[in-house]
Amino acid sequence: MSKMPDSSLITPKALKHLKKRRAADARFRLYGIAAIVFALSALTLLVIAIGTRAYSATTQYVFQAEIMLDADLVAPEGETSEAEITRNIEGFYTLVRDKLFAEFPEASQSQAARQDLSELVNRLAVLSLARRVADNPSLIGKSLEVRVPLSDDLDLYLKGGSPKDVTVRVGSAGTIETDVEGKARISSTSGLSKVTSTRSLLEEGKAMGSVLLAGGKAVARIDSLSPDAAELTLLTGTFEQLANAPLVAHIIPLPEAERPISDQQIAWAIALKQAGNARQVLHTSLVTHTDSTYPELAGTLAAIVGSLLTMMVTACVAIPMGIFAAVYLEEFAPRNRLTNLIEVNINNLAAVPSIVFGLLGASLLLGTFALPRSAPIVGGLVLALLILPVVIIASRASLRSVPPSIRSGALAVGASRMQAVFHHVLPLAAPGMFTGAILGMARALGETAPLLLIGMVAFVAEVPNSATDEATALPVLIYSWASNAERAWEPMTAAAIVILLSLLVIMNVVVVFLRRRFERRW
Amino acid sequence: MDTVGPAKADLALTGEGADKTQALTYPRIDCRNVSVYYDDKQAVFDVSLAIHDRAVTALIGPSGCGKSTFLRCLNRMNDTIEGAKVTGDIFMEGENINSPDVDPVLLRSRVGMVFQKPNPFPKSIYDNIAYGPRIHGMVDSREDLDAVVEKSLRRAGLWEEVKDRLSQPGTSLSGGQQQRLCIARAIAVRPEVILMDEPCSALDPIATARIEELIDELRKRYCIVIVTHSMQQAARVSQRTAFFHLGNLVEMGDTDQIFTNPRERRTEDYITGRFG
Amino acid sequence: MLQQLGQLPMGWLLTALLLFVMTAGFSIGRIRAERYSLSSSGKFHSRPNYHGYYVAMWGLAPALILALAYLLLAEPIARELLTRELPAAFHKLPKAELVSYLDAVSAVSAHRTYDGSDRVFTAVTHRYLELSGSLKITTLATILLSAVLGVMFARSHVSPDFRARQQVESGAELFLFLCAAIAIATTVGIVASLFYESIRFFSQVPVTDFLFGTRWNAQTNAEFGAVPLFFGTFMIALIAMFVAAPVGLFAAIYLSEYASRKTRSYVKPLLEVLAGIPTVVYGFFALLVVAPGVRSIALWINATLIDIGLANGPVLAAQPTSALAAGLVMGIMVIPFVSSLSDDVINAVPQTLRDAAFAMGATKSETIKQVILPAALPGIVASLLLAVSRAIGETMIVVMAAGQRARISLDPSTDLTTITVQIVALLTGETEFDSPKTLSAFALGLVLFLVTLCFNLIALRVVQRYREKYE
Repeated sequence: MSKMPDSSLITPKALKHLKKRRAADARFRLYGIAAIVFALSALTLLVIAIGTRAYSATTQYVFQAEIMLDADLVAPEGETSEAEITRNIEGFYTLVRDKLFAEFPEASQSQAARQDLSELVNRLAVLSLARRVADNPSLIGKSLEVRVPLSDDLDLYLKGGSPKDVTVRVGSAGTIETDVEGKARISSTSGLSKVTSTRSLLEEGKAMGSVLLAGGKAVARIDSLSPDAAELTLLTGTFEQLANAPLVAHIIPLPEAERPISDQQIAWAIALKQAGNARQVLHTSLVTHTDSTYPELAGTLAAIVGSLLTMMVTACVAIPMGIFAAVYLEEFAPRNRLTNLIEVNINNLAAVPSIVFGLLGASLLLGTFALPRSAPIVGGLVLALLILPVVIIASRASLRSVPPSIRSGALAVGASRMQAVFHHVLPLAAPGMFTGAILGMARALGETAPLLLIGMVAFVAEVPNSATDEATALPVLIYSWASNAERAWEPMTAAAIVILLSLLVIMNVVVVFLRRRFERRW
Repeated sequence: MDTVGPAKADLALTGEGADKTQALTYPRIDCRNVSVYYDDKQAVFDVSLAIHDRAVTALIGPSGCGKSTFLRCLNRMNDTIEGAKVTGDIFMEGENINSPDVDPVLLRSRVGMVFQKPNPFPKSIYDNIAYGPRIHGMVDSREDLDAVVEKSLRRAGLWEEVKDRLSQPGTSLSGGQQQRLCIARAIAVRPEVILMDEPCSALDPIATARIEELIDELRKRYCIVIVTHSMQQAARVSQRTAFFHLGNLVEMGDTDQIFTNPRERRTEDYITGRFG
Repeated sequence: MLQQLGQLPMGWLLTALLLFVMTAGFSIGRIRAERYSLSSSGKFHSRPNYHGYYVAMWGLAPALILALAYLLLAEPIARELLTRELPAAFHKLPKAELVSYLDAVSAVSAHRTYDGSDRVFTAVTHRYLELSGSLKITTLATILLSAVLGVMFARSHVSPDFRARQQVESGAELFLFLCAAIAIATTVGIVASLFYESIRFFSQVPVTDFLFGTRWNAQTNAEFGAVPLFFGTFMIALIAMFVAAPVGLFAAIYLSEYASRKTRSYVKPLLEVLAGIPTVVYGFFALLVVAPGVRSIALWINATLIDIGLANGPVLAAQPTSALAAGLVMGIMVIPFVSSLSDDVINAVPQTLRDAAFAMGATKSETIKQVILPAALPGIVASLLLAVSRAIGETMIVVMAAGQRARISLDPSTDLTTITVQIVALLTGETEFDSPKTLSAFALGLVLFLVTLCFNLIALRVVQRYREKYE
């Protein structure tokens, strides 16, 4: 603080007051920083929450095996036409299931065990294999390496999602005493005490979940556990395999009754993974498949195509209409009550909730004009009306930025007003109008509520061919996936969101590029 | 042109033997080698001059010559412009106000400022005047505040015109009245120096005349620095004049001397209207 | 024969026809104009191209209007004709069933996929195809005829003195005006359809029951008291504004008054990203992260209160979806609406006022609080109003994270429902346009539209006044 003599102001009281004022100033500035930090950290949290979940959906566990395409099963009685092979899901499924039974002979003992084992792969998962064979019938009778996705619950478990397990290295088994068939007792080294302590930590002493001991291709469940000994029930493989491999304990704190997959199924999954039959591969079906009721088979293709068709309709209607309307309002409109009304109207429409546009579509387009429900043409029209004000406002701003001297120049050489506008003003305003149009389209691409009301939420398993087919759109698909209860939908939804966001990012990058490239200062 | 620099300016500072006001006043503000940069562009070059107390110092020169920028150094208003940088020393009462230790808020309560366009706050006349004393905590009671408001308005010559409508918005006054309100607002915090940045440029001749009378009146109590575009105004109201050109101080001296017998060729050209 | 015609691809045919009319009209006009200019020595007023445009315009305009009319009206007309011919048994069906039957008929006739054994259905489909076939052929013939007449009419005008350019330009101007008038048509469409359906609703349910009733159970019990929905909407919007107003305002103040140019150039676009994220993404975020977070905090508060003996049982409802979760996320979504408009108005406050305050020795915060904010107040209020209107009309976040139960409760951890949630719930799935259940969605929509309209109109008016004041 400076010393300033000779001033009436510089009394100790005033200086104290000044200190307070300075503190208030610093506080105020801090509030501003806090506000921005809050907003930005909310954004970061959102990105991280969705990004991490989407990341786990980039890969998928598949069951991979060499399978002999038995002609009797795949194309019985000479049914070799494409449609018949494609429809013969049962035959292909039997092939895959038999392969699993051969892998795990212990499952053939009871009907329930067979059922459990078949649940590892969904029946419909063979559909893409069936299509592949139908496209190329010469494969029949040959041996083929196939990949079919594992069930969503196992996939989630293997990726470390849910049920969560904690692995502890136990080391070698030491001695294994087999007494009854399938039961054994191990007394082992330091490894078991580590398992005990970890388990009591995880389950808070309640010991409700399961501990599986895996070694080689064999997996056993620990029935009773003490720091130096454990009693085992063999789930798959043999005790010899267990004895000869380094052991890993999988501690699953969640009780068996509370999870969708049993210990036995987890054991099979671990064994498959050990044997290299369960592989983590790139999740391409996310963009090549259409929607499905099973998360491991679902994809976004139909929704992406539906969104594109909808956007096409929107673009065809909203962009020319919006630009022409802007040209009229900015260049030709006389200042009277009618054009004033139009102006107020446009500003208002820009702030009308989007769901109201959905109501308009439901009542007018579906009700009065009996246009087809769930069709991109209706969705596109509704979204076009929704973004029309955005396009008009952006285009007008762009037209306004063209200096009047351009118009005067054109008029002075004898052009008509229409010619001046279309030959000189529009080309200069075009980049700005175009960016406005893209921003409008980006808004339309993310819009969900109006589409729900015109029935685009329907389950669509086929890629729509035209704007009048039943279709859904990407944001609507996200909504329906997010409403599903199963945990496996969570990463799928996040992945679909990432696809939607990347489309939006691309559109915005184009806008930024256009602005940089064509920005002009008059 | 290139021969003129700080040396000449120093000359102007020291060569004041014939100055009759000199005997009565002493330098209130002493500027040494002041330069101002906006980002990388230099707007004021190495200006050194002294500003005397109880006198009006006029800064004249063509537009863009840096006189307003220089004026804004005297109460550190350039701090509020992003990218502006001021170097050099400005001593006031022996203390360098351009040093980072000096609190600009406190400084500005000692150096008031009046702007080109009258800019009353969108508040009542009373609140406009009371604003400064309130934020600086100069008064304890309502009566004190009333007294400060009345005294400031009287000194600004506005009291008689507005005493019945103190609660009306400041923007309801005429342009000249608004400017006097702004002067009153500046006086209310009892400053030692008042800076005026072309205070009459937005006013009609009659209002201008009243402001000029007021400035002459205020000279008895305050040190006043005025930037003006009009040489006649400088001649009318000021005792000392500094001529700026292209960011340089060309010449500084008594107003009479500058206008009748300028030492510099450029000063003469400007005063006689060859450029500017 | 007519049945085959019923499957004509009208979209392509109409496009081709319109293109043909356009090029033919243009060439006819242009050739005639050129022939004149070759034979006569007099100078043409307009260039031959404009005569071409003129003729094309006269050919295209009636054809275009007819084609649009066909696209919008063909289906309802064909259905109406079919319904009249259907045997009496059909007319006894509830209207909704009849409509879905007709939907199936038109879907099948569009795709030619029915190979089932329902003979009545087959017969009806065939008849429908015949009807739409004759409709299509009539339309095509009419369009062609009107185009030919239009072209002939226009062609007779082509002469050296004829001011074709002026005619074309006023035609173009009319077209531009019609495009601008779409905005009005949209509003009229919204208002008309909302009012029409609402009046049908209110003929079955009294207005007072709707506006002042406190029990809402449209799905099952036909109870239409919308007060719980209004309450839920208000409550969630309030929570959202509790987040968005201070954060948005302080962010705007910091960015416009404190931040350096560089910070501003990074932070401002980042804040605007918040406005560009689709609401369904926010809904997922609310469902995934915020709602469980709110729930566990509520549970913790319950447990703590019981522990320290202030309560005997749970105080907060701690539902899996809650008003607080939806409100918080909505608040985050609304931040950029508050901040960017407030930023604009704060920047519009003249620099001279800032200078005046600084020159008096005011600190930055004093300048902002006592000079800038009072001056910018109308604009800030307008931005808050717009944000409120946005929050009230927001759909996806509340649909996904607020819940379905209509009730009035001040506990923020309980699930509430809103106007928009109910509209979606009532109108997704199979809808019948006559039941009060479906119609109530339009009554809710009307309320939503009117309320947001009021907010928007006031806000826009205030902003406009404010701009005029400082520009």
